[in-house]
Parts: sequence; C-alpha cells; structure tokens
Amino acid sequence: MSPQPSDRTAVPPIFELGQDGRANRYLEPGKPLNTFLPMNLVREELPLPDNSELDVVRHYTRLSQRTFGIDLGFYPLGSCTMKYNPRVNDAIAARREFSELHPYVPDALAQGALEVMYELERSLSSLFGMAAFSLNPSAGAHAELAALLIAKKYFKERGEPLRENVIVPDTAHGTNPASAAMCGFKVISLPSNERGRLSVAEVRNVIGADTAVCMMTNPNTLGLFEDEIAAIAGAVHQSGGLMYYDGANANAIMGYARPGDMGFDLMHLNTHKTFTIPHGGGGAGHGPLGVAAHLVEYLPVPVVVRKGSEFRLEFDRPKSIGPMRSFWSNFAHAVRALAYFYANGEAGLRRVSQLAVLNANYLRVKIAEFLDTPYPENCRHEFVVSAQRLKKEHGVRALDLAKALLDFGYMAPTMYFPLIVPECLMIEPTETESKETLDAFTEALREIVRRAQTDPESLLQAPVTTVVGRVDETLAARRPDLRWKAEKSHN
Amino acid sequence: MYAPHTETDVKEMLQAVGAQSLDELLRVPDEIALKEKLDVVPALPEYLIQRRFEHFAAKNTGVNYRSFLGAGAYRHYVPPAIAALAMRGEFLTAYTPYQAEVSQGYLQAIYEWQSYICLLTGMDLANASVYDGATALAEAAIMAFGATGRHKLLVSRAIHPNYHAVLRTYCEGLDVDVEELPLTADGVTDCSGLAEKLAGRHYAAVAVQSPNFFGNVETPPAQALAAMKESGTIPIAVVAEALSLAALPPPSSWGAQIVAGEAQSFGVPVAYGGPYAGFIASTQEHMRRIPGRLAGKTVDSAGRTAYVLTLQAREQHIRRERATSNICTNQAHCALIATMYLALMGKTGLRNAAALNLARSRELAGAVASVAGVTLKYSAPFFNEFVADVGRPAAEVLAALQERNILGGVDLGRFYPEMRNCILMTATELTTSGDIAALATALEEVLHVPATV
Amino acid sequence: MGLPEDLLFSKEHEWVRLEGDRATIGITDYAQNALGDIVYVELPKVGSTLTQFANVGVIESVKAVSDLYTPISGEVVEVNASLERDPAAVNREPYDAGWLLKLRLSNPDEAKSLLDAAEYEKIASD
Repeated sequence: MSPQPSDRTAVPPIFELGQDGRANRYLEPGKPLNTFLPMNLVREELPLPDNSELDVVRHYTRLSQRTFGIDLGFYPLGSCTMKYNPRVNDAIAARREFSELHPYVPDALAQGALEVMYELERSLSSLFGMAAFSLNPSAGAHAELAALLIAKKYFKERGEPLRENVIVPDTAHGTNPASAAMCGFKVISLPSNERGRLSVAEVRNVIGADTAVCMMTNPNTLGLFEDEIAAIAGAVHQSGGLMYYDGANANAIMGYARPGDMGFDLMHLNTHKTFTIPHGGGGAGHGPLGVAAHLVEYLPVPVVVRKGSEFRLEFDRPKSIGPMRSFWSNFAHAVRALAYFYANGEAGLRRVSQLAVLNANYLRVKIAEFLDTPYPENCRHEFVVSAQRLKKEHGVRALDLAKALLDFGYMAPTMYFPLIVPECLMIEPTETESKETLDAFTEALREIVRRAQTDPESLLQAPVTTVVGRVDETLAARRPDLRWKAEKSHN
Repeated sequence: MYAPHTETDVKEMLQAVGAQSLDELLRVPDEIALKEKLDVVPALPEYLIQRRFEHFAAKNTGVNYRSFLGAGAYRHYVPPAIAALAMRGEFLTAYTPYQAEVSQGYLQAIYEWQSYICLLTGMDLANASVYDGATALAEAAIMAFGATGRHKLLVSRAIHPNYHAVLRTYCEGLDVDVEELPLTADGVTDCSGLAEKLAGRHYAAVAVQSPNFFGNVETPPAQALAAMKESGTIPIAVVAEALSLAALPPPSSWGAQIVAGEAQSFGVPVAYGGPYAGFIASTQEHMRRIPGRLAGKTVDSAGRTAYVLTLQAREQHIRRERATSNICTNQAHCALIATMYLALMGKTGLRNAAALNLARSRELAGAVASVAGVTLKYSAPFFNEFVADVGRPAAEVLAALQERNILGGVDLGRFYPEMRNCILMTATELTTSGDIAALATALEEVLHVPATV
Repeated sequence: MGLPEDLLFSKEHEWVRLEGDRATIGITDYAQNALGDIVYVELPKVGSTLTQFANVGVIESVKAVSDLYTPISGEVVEVNASLERDPAAVNREPYDAGWLLKLRLSNPDEAKSLLDAAEYEKIASD
C-alpha cells in the first residue's frame, strides 16, 4: 500500500547526515596512508560523510518505505513478468560456498558452481529447444547484443558480410533495434497486421540477400501468438537469414511450444522475468543466450563443459565471439534460476504458463467490460487496453489511469508500449496472483474509469496519497541535477 | 510452484473466460507444438531443493583455502548491516523506478550512488550502473567514438585482460580499431611515442587502468596528457579495484574525462564472477552520451523535492536504434549494496580499509620476497596486489601450493606468454599474518624441496 | 496560434522563412505541441551542407525524440545557440525566438515544392 500522507517528510541525502570522525569500527585502525605511498600518490581529500550504523540503517529503512515492490502489492506490468520472488532462492544464493567463491578458483575446487551452471544450461536447452545456452550475458539486451555479434561473425565467415539488415516488427521492444545498431546493422521495422501479428507476406517484402536477422518475440508484445511464425522462419531461412527470439514473453509458452521448434536460431531468456530473479529496482538481471546447433561454436566464452563427472570452464573456442563481461556469469542468479527449475520440474513449468495465460484472459474479459481492448480475442500471458476513447471524450489519458492506480495501492501497468496502440496500457498479471487480487484490481480500475467519465478532473492530479505527487520531468531534463554537491543551491 | 490457484479457482476462471480447458488457451499451431518429453531437472519440495544445493555447495572446496586471489574480484569485509537493508523486500522486489511517485526511495538511493561515484572519481556525473567494469570500458569507448567521430582506440596492455577481451568483442560490432600501448620494464604503460601517435588526430581515446592489472599505480605522464589534450583525444581511466579510490588521487586529478570501473569491492560478493556493479562517470561535456539510466533531482507539483529517471530520451525505449546504448536492466541492486557500503564505511572507514590493504600487501610482498628464488617483478608503488616472479612455471607452483590448502594467486602466464613464471598475489584487510606466514612457508617448501623428503 | 502568412511549410511540420538567398527554419506550433516540453535540440554544425528533406538533427522532449528534417537545401550559416540554455523557446515561440537554423540556399527553386499556409493548415488539422 502507499505510505500515508504524513510520511511525506523528505529524507535528506545521506551526505547531509554525517559528522567527520563518526566512524564505525568494522576493522582495526590502519596507519596513515603516507606510510605506504609517496605523498604525491596519497589522495588529499575524500569528501565522503562518516555516518553511524544506526543513522545509515534508519536512512535506508526510510528509503525502503518510500519504495513499492512486489512484496507490497500487485504489479500488472506488461512484458516484465513481475511474479513472486521466492525467498528460498535468495537463501541458497547467499550460502558462503556460492557467495565467497572467487572466479579464479581452479575448476577442481569449484565443481559445485560448475555443476550448477551445467544443469541450468541443460535444462534451459531442453525447455526452449535450443542446442546450447551461454550463461555469460548480464541481461536481455546484453544477450541480444551477443546474438547479433554471433550473427555478424557467422555471416562474415560464410563470405556474406553484406547481410546488414535486421528486421523487427513495429511492436518490438526498444532494445531490439538499439542492439542491432550497436552491431552496425540497419533496422527495418515491419507493420503488424490488423490482427496485431506479423504476416509472412510483409516479411517476404523485405527479405533478401541483405537480410541478417529477423528479431521477434512470441507471443508478441500485444500478448498475441504469432501464428505465422513457422512460415516466417521458413521464409527468413530461405533467404539465408537467421531468426532471433526475444525471450521476454517466455512465461506464456513453457511446456507448449519451444523457440527452437518455431525455427529460431538464437534466443535470450530474461531470468529476472520468467525465472523469478528479483528485479532489484533495475537489475542485476541475467540473460542466458541460447543457440541452435550450427551456432554453438560462436557462443561467448567461457562455456561449461562436462567430461564424465568432471566439469570445467572452456575458454579455447576459436570461433567464439569472445567474452561479453569480466567473468563467467551472474552466477548468483544462475543459482536462483536453477533453484526455481527444481521448484517446478517439467509439469510445474507447464502449470506456470497455463495459469499465467488463464490469469491474463480472466483479467481481460473482466476489464473489457469497461475499457477498450483493441484485440478482442483470447490473449496469452498479457493483453493491451486503450484509453483512446477516454481521452477523446473526457480528456483522460492512459497516464492518468496509471497514476490513479497508484492511489489504490497498485503499480501501474506498462504505459505507451507497444507504440502501435494509442494511449496503451499493457497488463500482465503473472501466475502468482490470486483470483481475489485480480478481482480487486478489476474493481479499482472500474472505479477509476467511472471517475474518468463522471469527474475527470479528479484523476488529472493523481496520485495524491503517495509521498510525492507528479514530478516535474521537464525541469529534471532541462536542468539536470544528477548528483549531490557540497554547499549546494538547488538550481 | 508459487501460483495460489485452487481447482475451484481454475474452474470459475475458465468459465468466466469461456474456455473449456487450459490447453485450449495455450494451444499453438500443430506444426510447432511441443511433442516430446522435456529433459529438465525434477521437481522437488523446498526442503529437498535446499539439500540438493548443499550437495553443490560441498563441492566448492575453494572457499576453504587460504586465498591470495584478486585480479578484478576482491575479498573485502562486508558489514552485515548491508544485507539487512538491501534484502528488504521493497528494495529487492521493486521494478525499475519508472513510476517516480512510488519509487522515491530507490530513486534517491540511485542518486546517492551517482553522487558517491562522482565524489570518488572527481567526475561531474555518473549513471545508475552498468553490468561491470569490462562493459563499462566498452561503453566508455563507444562514448568516445561518438564524441570525436574517430574510429581508433589506444588501450594499455596493463588493463585487465578480460576487460580487453570484452572491449574487442564489442568493437567487432562497430567499425573500429583497438591498438595496444605496451608496458615499460617498470610494469606501467609505455607512453613514450604517444605524442607522435596522437598528432594525426585519429584516436578517439586513450584508456589506462590504475592500479593496473599488475597492481601498479600509474598516472599518464604530463607529456602524454598534454598530447591527448592537444589532439582532442579523450583520456579514459579504468578502475578495477574501487577501494583504491579512497587512497589514491582521483582520476579527475590527472585529466580523465571518462571513468569506467568496477564497484564490486564495495560490499558486493565475489560470487564466482557476478553479478557485480559497473560504473561509468564523466565530465559535464559528455552528459548526453552517457549510456543507461540517470536519476535526477527535481520537484513535484507541490514543490516538494522529488527524484525521477531523467534524460530518458537518450535511452533505448525512446531512441531505439539511435540510442546511446542498448542497456536496459543494469545492476541497480548491486549499486544499492555498494551505496550502503560507502555510507557505512564513510571516509574514515574507507581510508582505514585502504591503509590495511596497503599494509597487508606490503607484508605479503616482504614475506614472499624473502623466500629464495622469488623476486618482486616491479618496483612501482602498488595498492593491494603485486607480481611475484617464482623462477619456474607459475602453474606448477600454484598447484603445489594448492596441495597445501593455499590459493597463491593468479597465474599470469594465462594471459601474458612472457609472464609464465609470474603470479599476481593479492592481500586485503581480510588477509591475516597467519595466512602470509603459511604462504611463505609453503613457498619455501615448494621451491626448495630437498631430494630426500 | 494563427499561421504566419509569410512562411512556407513542409509535411514534416517545419516552417521556412525566405529572405533573398537565405532561409530561417523552425518547427511549427503543431509540432511543438505534439512533442510536449522540449528539453534538448541537436542541430547540425555551422558550415555543413544539408539536402532537402534529409534528417539533419533531433528534437528531444521528455518522453520522445523527433527527427528534424530540413525542408530546403543549403549551407548552415547559423544555428540558434540560445536553445542550449533555453530549449523551451521552441515551445513558447516556435516562429520567433524558437527558430532553429539559418541556411544559405543552394537551390531556391525547391521552395516551389513546399506548402503555403493554407495547404499546411489542412495537414495540421488532421
């Protein structure tokens, strides 16, 4: 729930609390720095505050109370799969044998870690129908970049360096074209048809000898299954291109379909979506990268290989694109993801997708009673609604509906994405929400829409119960204040 | 399985949707439907999951050895107050703070992180985090290419080899050349001839790490810096051991314009390689090129201080293919941990920890140098790690030390063929005199095993 | 805001004020309204040569980014430097203080392909 208005007192930045010398005794005292270094190498001033542990604890506790999380309430955020983060995963990851293991420990002394990575890799490969996965990338976008680098190298080695086009549907997540651009590819955006899907005919219009990769997600960001996927993959492969699967929506297909079987050559998974790695305010994420057999040799290094009952890190892979990060993976998250696999098994994961899709459809039919659903058919794990009519008739936009939900103690759905639906809200309940929660959310949204129709003014100021109201984003962008400064005057 | 649905719930909901079965809702075209049995790990009740991971944990014997490992991942003391705060559900389970009104706490924490990074590095601004130090360097390079319009980069051979490798991976995607600056006999970057190289104005940036991969503190010499300034080449500073920022002059003091670094030392577990907390910071002129998220301070409709993600029009969700970077999810929670570490340690605690690192590493260096057959390769000032030449293949020596329950350091022959006899040894405030004595004794035994023992 | 009658317009919602062999270019009131609060304007360098309808810059608002296309070809002789400090001028006075750049025309005949106030009015009221 949102904090009460009385909790609105601003929390001063940590820098304003300290007193020089108010140090905590975590370590024994050391000698002056110039005992060890020549004076010209000793930093003169370190302008950081000293704070007592109690003051720091109070400060960050207060900040946590001004932060909404899944632990507090429902997040209907489309494309984000904000499901419950099981605590057992954190308990396991925190074990000292995992958290204190140095990456340069010899393989023989890290067999547990290597086995964890190996098991996760094998389970992911089977679940998604790929030949192998790399656990190297730190996030979905990171994996996309790696995949496109693989594609680039693959084509170069086949003597086809002029394949410079990456095709995306107009419903694609922004990271898709951004990743393509980071690899020097040109982006072609294809219009979705009136059913909200990509037609193979549109794809055939643009593919050719210059096609590198077609990037899609399935179901797409409208929550609709791309039913022409087999034909699209066939057409792209015929033109010599590769298919890339953005795994953001994997929560909808487990046990029913696999990207490998759909014809995808490359894919990423956001384990901080489907596999319950906590979102932590924006990461760390983890983006395992899966490939079909003909691309395995290009995977980032190192790869975990098994010989008998021994596991090791393999670096000697001549065709690899190289490493994507300093060390081997976001290992602590690999631990969490494997623990989640063990909590489910095959049947459990199938159940996850079943209930995710059931929840989304249930919410959709109820919300369709009072909000426009541009695609009035069964959806998968998410669906979109449009506030376009409310805007025209009452001046209330998707933004206003979203902000009003905050006052009801819910996180707002994803706003204004995908771009092709005007005044869009994308809703993904996930499978961990109960029917009661969905019913309560529906009633809150119904009430908000009623207010939009009868008293629109009341919504334009929302939220009003949160610690701050709508923030001045224009000021923030025109006069960026990105850091605390001593003797600061707010400009 | 964490879904709360009862059989009754499912029945009622199917009815409301108008579907006969769950399978009906999840149906896919037959040609792509899953038909085979999957081969994933079995489902276990929670207590058996824990037991399964005990089995894995028991095989990670490396955590029980005396360790002198560093090389980009550092063991430091982590006050438990950090876990108590960082693992609070609000922080742990929050989404990216796009809805500012209900994310003020996290946004303020990110603002504090950005501020701490600026205070430590002397830069004007820092972003909300990047994946790690290696990708921070790659992003810094991209910033430099964009700022100068040039396509070449000079990178010191003394930068962490993994950072080099990642930079090269990223640069394959762009049309750029990465050249290496060699080392001097003193184990620092050889900047002689730099002025000549830069005069042609072809290089976007020069990147130097300090303390460098060999532990040596290095600052580009005045001539080199003048040449960079003269030619419009951007100086990039790389920092792999962030604790060194508490002891050494900040990169701003010698003219760095972009600082790419790793904050894992600030309370983030070594965790077999990740997740860590990369940071990227720059002078004001590079503000629009800095990748990723930025938390800014502003006011709300009632004039209250408020925080918000700002300058979002640079990012992928708006600029798409013209974004400064594709980064979306970063390492927010690790950056939060680092912020709490910095808050708890404070100036005094950090200077103190730095002093202990300096002391212990010198104690270690003295102890190993006194073993016959071992020499310290360099004489440059170092922070908490240094290179010991053991006179024979490091791999053999390390294997023998391992038999004595010691992880003596990193075999440099792994990265630099000319350094097969060299070990990078690290000591931090957690290294004890007992550890050091044990290593020295073991080295003596290993290097001078009498024929008849 | 009524459209200034002395201007020509492009379909991409830019305006041109012709003065001999010079032209001043900006975006229309419709455009600034659609973009919302403008926070940053990226303009081409003085001295660069622009081709009609090419993408020459970017206008950033809080939540969006919009390409700037030049309605006419020429060499950039001046850009509105005050927008660095005060991008809001484009919102406040899109036809006056919010001008973006000035060109020396390379092909004045191109003006014929532009719209007059009445024609642009039709587009802008869609």
